[in-house]
Amino acid sequence: METLLLSHLKELTTAPGVSGYEHHVRDLIRAAWTPLTDEPHTDRLGSLWAIKHGTGAKPRPRIMLAAHMDAIGLMVSQVEGEFLRVVPIGGIDARVMPGQLVTVHGREDLPGVVAEPPAFLLPKANREGVVPLSELLVDTGLPADTLRVSGLVKAGDVISFAQSPVELQNELLAAKSLDNRASVAALTVCLETLKSRPPVWDVIAVATVQEEVGLQGARASAFALHPDLAVAVDVTHGSGPASKEYADKTFPLGGGPVLGLGPNIHPGLHAALKAAADRAEMPYTVEPMPAHSGTDAYAIQIARAGIPTMVVSIPLRNMHTPVEVLSLKDVARVGRLLAEFIAGLSADFMNTLTLD
Amino acid sequence: MAKKPVRKAAPKPRRPAARLAPQRAKAPARDQRPQLQPLVRPPKATASEMDLLRELCNAIAVSGDEGAVRRIVLDAIRDHVDEVRVDALGNVLAVKRSKRSSQRTPRLLVAAHMDEVGFMLTGHESDGSLRFELVGGVEERTLLGKPVLVGPKRLPGVIGAAPVHLLKDDRRNAVTKVSQMRIDIGVDSADAAKRWVKMGERGGFTTEFAVVGPSLRGKALDNRLGCATLIELLRAPAVYDFDLHAAFTVQEEVGLRGARVVAYAVDPACAFVLDCTPARDLPSSDDRENTQYNSRLGLGPAIYISDKGMISNDRLVRYLQQTADAAGLPYQFRQPGGGGTDAGAIHLAREGVPTVSVSVPGRYPHSPVMLARTEDWRNTVKLMRLALENWTPQVLKR
Amino acid sequence: MKPLLKKLVEAYGPSGYEGQVRDLIRAEIRNIPDYITMDPLGNLIAVVKKKAKSGKKVMLSAHMDEIGVMVSHIDERSYARFQNIGGVFPLHCVGSRVRFADGTVGVIGVDEKRDDATKIPALSDLFIDVGATSKDDCPVKVGDAAGFYRPMEELGHRLIAKSMDDRVGAAILIETLRALKSTPHEVAFVFSVQEEVGLRGAGTAAFGLDADLGIAVDVTRTGDTPNGLKMAVELGGGAAIKVRDSGMIADPRIKDLLVQRAQEARIKTQLEILERGSTDAAAMQIARGGLPAGCISIPTRYLHSPSEMVDFRDVQACVNLLLAVLQRPIEI
Repeated sequence: METLLLSHLKELTTAPGVSGYEHHVRDLIRAAWTPLTDEPHTDRLGSLWAIKHGTGAKPRPRIMLAAHMDAIGLMVSQVEGEFLRVVPIGGIDARVMPGQLVTVHGREDLPGVVAEPPAFLLPKANREGVVPLSELLVDTGLPADTLRVSGLVKAGDVISFAQSPVELQNELLAAKSLDNRASVAALTVCLETLKSRPPVWDVIAVATVQEEVGLQGARASAFALHPDLAVAVDVTHGSGPASKEYADKTFPLGGGPVLGLGPNIHPGLHAALKAAADRAEMPYTVEPMPAHSGTDAYAIQIARAGIPTMVVSIPLRNMHTPVEVLSLKDVARVGRLLAEFIAGLSADFMNTLTLD
Repeated sequence: MAKKPVRKAAPKPRRPAARLAPQRAKAPARDQRPQLQPLVRPPKATASEMDLLRELCNAIAVSGDEGAVRRIVLDAIRDHVDEVRVDALGNVLAVKRSKRSSQRTPRLLVAAHMDEVGFMLTGHESDGSLRFELVGGVEERTLLGKPVLVGPKRLPGVIGAAPVHLLKDDRRNAVTKVSQMRIDIGVDSADAAKRWVKMGERGGFTTEFAVVGPSLRGKALDNRLGCATLIELLRAPAVYDFDLHAAFTVQEEVGLRGARVVAYAVDPACAFVLDCTPARDLPSSDDRENTQYNSRLGLGPAIYISDKGMISNDRLVRYLQQTADAAGLPYQFRQPGGGGTDAGAIHLAREGVPTVSVSVPGRYPHSPVMLARTEDWRNTVKLMRLALENWTPQVLKR
Repeated sequence: MKPLLKKLVEAYGPSGYEGQVRDLIRAEIRNIPDYITMDPLGNLIAVVKKKAKSGKKVMLSAHMDEIGVMVSHIDERSYARFQNIGGVFPLHCVGSRVRFADGTVGVIGVDEKRDDATKIPALSDLFIDVGATSKDDCPVKVGDAAGFYRPMEELGHRLIAKSMDDRVGAAILIETLRALKSTPHEVAFVFSVQEEVGLRGAGTAAFGLDADLGIAVDVTRTGDTPNGLKMAVELGGGAAIKVRDSGMIADPRIKDLLVQRAQEARIKTQLEILERGSTDAAAMQIARGGLPAGCISIPTRYLHSPSEMVDFRDVQACVNLLLAVLQRPIEI
């Protein structure tokens, strides 16, 4: 399973799928989830639903598992000679941009590199310190006339990171877009596991769009689906060498799923997931989330008349850089935890769910 | 001036109008590249020449630890030279003797440095991560969030970054110092890390070499382009009236140290240095003219008039210029000013050596990814082949 | 000596491009030394051969090159951006005139709109205007080198010119060579190149000559201007004998030799300690296995400006001191 998971993850992270332009990765996910479910469906904004019908009598309760498939990236704002000026899509960390490999999705996919101009070409205010994205350029290695004459690249074209995955020791993987393809992979694991444990409930795995730019996909999908319960699966900050001073806000790699707790989470659901983890003899940690959980759950919770939501996270180092790092073990565990929880859902679970 | 007629020359030097030698007032250099198609087809590299360059660029050879590239060089030149040896610092010195070589045969030195900038591991943290220091002038602001390879076994690691989400505004704008960075190889204790890497081992960037349209992309184009060029010069089936001494030098990036001892040992009549020079030909933020580009991609080999370490011998500068003009090759003059090459050490050896440097322009040196134009590289090879074929001691006479 | 000095200071010769001043010096010293040669970097070496068994091989060095500027970019309207050759201060540039090898003259202007107009401009804010009216008639190109352009002026004992540094040293060597009637030593009079960009010529010349001792003849600063440096050297105080500068500690044996000979010949001298700046002597000192080296300095005001000022009596004292040293045996 580990090897299959690793290659699945590598495939998912390598595929481009910048917020608003998720089609490449959606096709991959559809191919992975279709054999594991009954009905694929793409909703109005492009989120992918994979519907697995439960065994219970109709009307069956349904649970939504949301993992956003979009990734942060860049967009061409201007073609300037042989260089491209760019704007961010989602939360770009300017500190890590200079020297990054990228792919420019123009009329063709073009390899590029992010260039930091030498100081004498920058405005005085930006010469020291981190150079903001507005002053960085993308260099495709092509001359100006090639770019211009053939309309190969134009304003509006998206750009994704091009960093290839790197396997580290101890089953740790470094790759771009582990936020949030890791969660998508966890859902694949969950669906795989449920094949041998058919649930009573309807399960809809949703690969949402545009989480990184405002949770638009989750909001729309939750409205259209109106599930009884929802679990958002995302990544959270992993403890590591670069974030020593944030010990409280980071969680150990290999420590298992991270269960969120706070206003964005229904306490009864939190307890139920905890119980499932104990049943499965799985390690886990608890993440206090005092406000916005920073996930799709924030939008799902307030869809229609309100939906009980839970957040389950995978610890991830170096978030929003092309060398995000996680433990494959944690991905597998999240998938199995969700399967354990869902398999254990009785038809009348909603009646037993309390806020206390 | 040259004794032999220049080969492959048009009877009258006739350069296509589109070729810009930026110093001629009649066709001044601009930041825009020429619009016209060149009349001469840009030279291409053969598959094996490209493969050699790929192998050279992908190898990691940080200053002081150049073995990986030294092995490739020795394999590539062994069958094409009369003598080859490795000196006390690791420089590779090879000689192609002239047909009637004697004590009085002039010695010509052509040098290219093998080393690249990188890191050295300096400490183990208790959490398994590695402390490191820079070797050579690595661009510090390009380190964060990059994958690296450490140790002779090229173990993968990453230089991570505190998640930007958790940083307060003032921290987001603060440049992370190297002393605060760590290499993460995925182990969680110092003991575990020690089983994989040792202190003092070197590390480098991971970028794989690729041909991207008209461009070459890889790490260490500075100076594997120079090494590849020198290997081709040694393999060329030419016969010279001088002894050609080729030096693949070490430790250029940390003070031109290999070149200094090579020049002392060889004591040549004159020297050519092959390197890669920065092309800072990016647009200015406020649309002002960029007047400090140093060199520009696509305008051909960059001939040095003066840099921080040397004022080129003007006879050699003219010689290269005339050689290029006669063959219709494009070239540019690298802007005078900062920077330097092995020539800075070579020209001051013993009683002094007339020297000139020629470089392939490259963007983003000392960072994980460099870009150069294939055409500039091939034209540099061509220029040097012609320069060597036509060289006689008359070139240096005042 | 003044006409000689005038010819020398007004000649063109930025570092790396000393040809014109080298030819000038060669013409001035023709037929005086035993032989004249030029080494690979362009140093001009005039040798007076050894006369006595106990004579030493002495290397004397004064640099021919001057600071200057080199064109790095010509823009659409033929304004030339430039880099410095040696220690050029923007403060001295604005409004100064420069002259190229072919005689083309230009004036240095400054960007009116720059980041902080109240501060001294950076070199990158400056440009050379050669009076071209369009891009097609620009007489200069990237790589062309120019020196500052000012005629020499006499004010009684005081002389003002550009490149007193170090044409006055070259003049001193030429005068010494002319006046040297007899010496037991082999003396190599080196007119060196590229001192201003790193003492380059002197280093290679010293390697080639392999002398027993070396004396450089170069300018030094003074402490006698308003709110000036704390430095004991002053114009009119005599030949300065270097104790140390930022590049070397003068060999005490050479320093003592100079002091002694000065006393014996009643030549006015002063001791010199220079905080920032160095000379060919520093390069001579570390050549090969090392060389005892020192320096005779000419006190000069307004160094590295187009109007450097010396006192002619100090210059004559330097010639006399050098003769006093060369004419007698040297025991070190």
